[in-house]
Amino acid sequence: MTGGGFLARNIAGFTQALESVLVTENLSRIPGFMQGLDPRVKVITLLLFIIFVGLAQDFPILIAILILSLVLVLLSKIPMALYFKRLFIFIPIFTAVIAIPALFITPGTPLLSVAGKAVITLQGARTAGLLILRVTDSLSLGLLLIITTPWTKFLVALRWLRLPSLIVDILGMTYRYIFLLLHTANSMFMARQSRTIGGFTGAENRRWLGRALATTMVKSQYLSEEVYLAMLSRGYQGEIRTLSELNIRGRDFVWMAFTLSALSLILWSIYR
Amino acid sequence: MYVVSAPFWYAALQRVRKVLTHRTVPALALFSAFTFILMMFNIPLPGGTTGHAVGGTLVAIVLGPWAAVLSVSVVLAIQALLFGDGGLTTFGANCFNMAVVLPMVGYFIYKVISGNSDISSTRRLAGAIIGSYFGIIAAALVAGLELGLQPLLFHTLDGTPLYAPYGLNVAISAMAIGHLAVAGPVESIVTGLVFFYLQKSHSTLLCGEASRKREGKLWLVWAGALVVLAFATPLGLLAAGTAWGEWAADELQNLLGYIPRGLKSMSNLWHAPLPDYIVPGMGDIAGYIVSALLGIVLLCFLVWMLGRWITRRNKVKKKQSSTGVSGI
Repeated sequence: MTGGGFLARNIAGFTQALESVLVTENLSRIPGFMQGLDPRVKVITLLLFIIFVGLAQDFPILIAILILSLVLVLLSKIPMALYFKRLFIFIPIFTAVIAIPALFITPGTPLLSVAGKAVITLQGARTAGLLILRVTDSLSLGLLLIITTPWTKFLVALRWLRLPSLIVDILGMTYRYIFLLLHTANSMFMARQSRTIGGFTGAENRRWLGRALATTMVKSQYLSEEVYLAMLSRGYQGEIRTLSELNIRGRDFVWMAFTLSALSLILWSIYR
Repeated sequence: MYVVSAPFWYAALQRVRKVLTHRTVPALALFSAFTFILMMFNIPLPGGTTGHAVGGTLVAIVLGPWAAVLSVSVVLAIQALLFGDGGLTTFGANCFNMAVVLPMVGYFIYKVISGNSDISSTRRLAGAIIGSYFGIIAAALVAGLELGLQPLLFHTLDGTPLYAPYGLNVAISAMAIGHLAVAGPVESIVTGLVFFYLQKSHSTLLCGEASRKREGKLWLVWAGALVVLAFATPLGLLAAGTAWGEWAADELQNLLGYIPRGLKSMSNLWHAPLPDYIVPGMGDIAGYIVSALLGIVLLCFLVWMLGRWITRRNKVKKKQSSTGVSGI
């Protein structure tokens, strides 16, 4: 008898997804530092930083990059609470699954022994620390990119970076129709819940869920036909044209110069 | 991992381009959106818990495997970017596991089992269920392999792993057990239920799939891809194993003629805390690969035999029924 709970959980999940994306879209339009940068510049520079995070093997560099990303969050007028909430959804799971065992599994000089048996090694502590920091860093940078860039502009940047237009078009349309299908699925569950008194067995729920999923699949099939006809009637000939134009301005150059000098500083500190 | 996924993306793109009509873009977009929703569904499991499915095999059955590679990749990209579910750096690996290995293996097994059977047959349903189960298991094993290889490939001089710290045996068994017990059944339940419903009410959706089976040669390509996949990964491991042969103390003795004193004292330390996870020697790794390979070959053989057997039985049945009740 898990009927109500299962439906409510699904509805909550859908609503949460919708909300989180809408919040992100709003944040990407407020006038902050990162929001004002050209999306192409942002994608390239932040990816460079992420690559450097992957290469870096020292605490100071990783900590410096983390601080830099937090300063950028502040400059972009993104609420810190929200940022940290997003940042720390993933990290605890990662820590428990990969980093904590690393404390014990990594061979090396013993540092501390827990409960007389398991031994935390010096190398283990170092590994775990590095792992967590590195993940936090790349997540933080990635989050910064996503939060401050509207999806459409991000796609324009990807197109400029020579990603095949087929992929970019699909990415853009998928994003748009995810919302529609989320709403559709949500109303299916709402309708089901509003007709439910008491509960259902797990097997009944599963059967209903199978039908719901299959119906959604059939619906999206029909919808794709209709969307295609709509596109055709608007003159679609295999290429999607957009109006958004990109231009690199003064602050983009300042930011690029800063990135280059920061990265060279990191390189210098590694190889000096 | 981007490098490994890239040829598959390229192949998928080429294949999709070949059959590209203007219809393809909205169709793939809508199906990607559907896959996204499918991954969000909370599936009630026996025992009161819930889980999520990937649905790669299902999409592969309806759209074809190459389209599935693209649409699952698109979904993973959107998830990684917008919801922060997977990091950007692990995106390549994720895609390889869930968007390449999963639909390919799942679809392959589905095809082998279903053969030329009728669209509404139980055999096809069984194919979908078993295919999706093994699809996700294969994806999990590959993920375990990737995780397990990391400490071999990336570590500092003192043996501190740079990324994931587990050895092969830990990573693979951890991934396998979780997926055999939970994720595999979830995937099969979802695929089975949806497939069953589609068979009953919307068999036209599956018809497109049935007409594709005429492309007999494609079979071989998939089989080839599977074999290459199965062999290439462990081969890389072998190479890495020799390069880092210094790990085993006795191996070093062979190479250098002596065991460095530091290493000797360290190796005693290593033994003490975790006797089960001593730095794996060459023998262990080689043994592991051999058994893994044997397992894969055996599995393929079994599935193949099963398919053969069922097909033959069906043919006999068909013959009997066609001679017996030829009027209907």
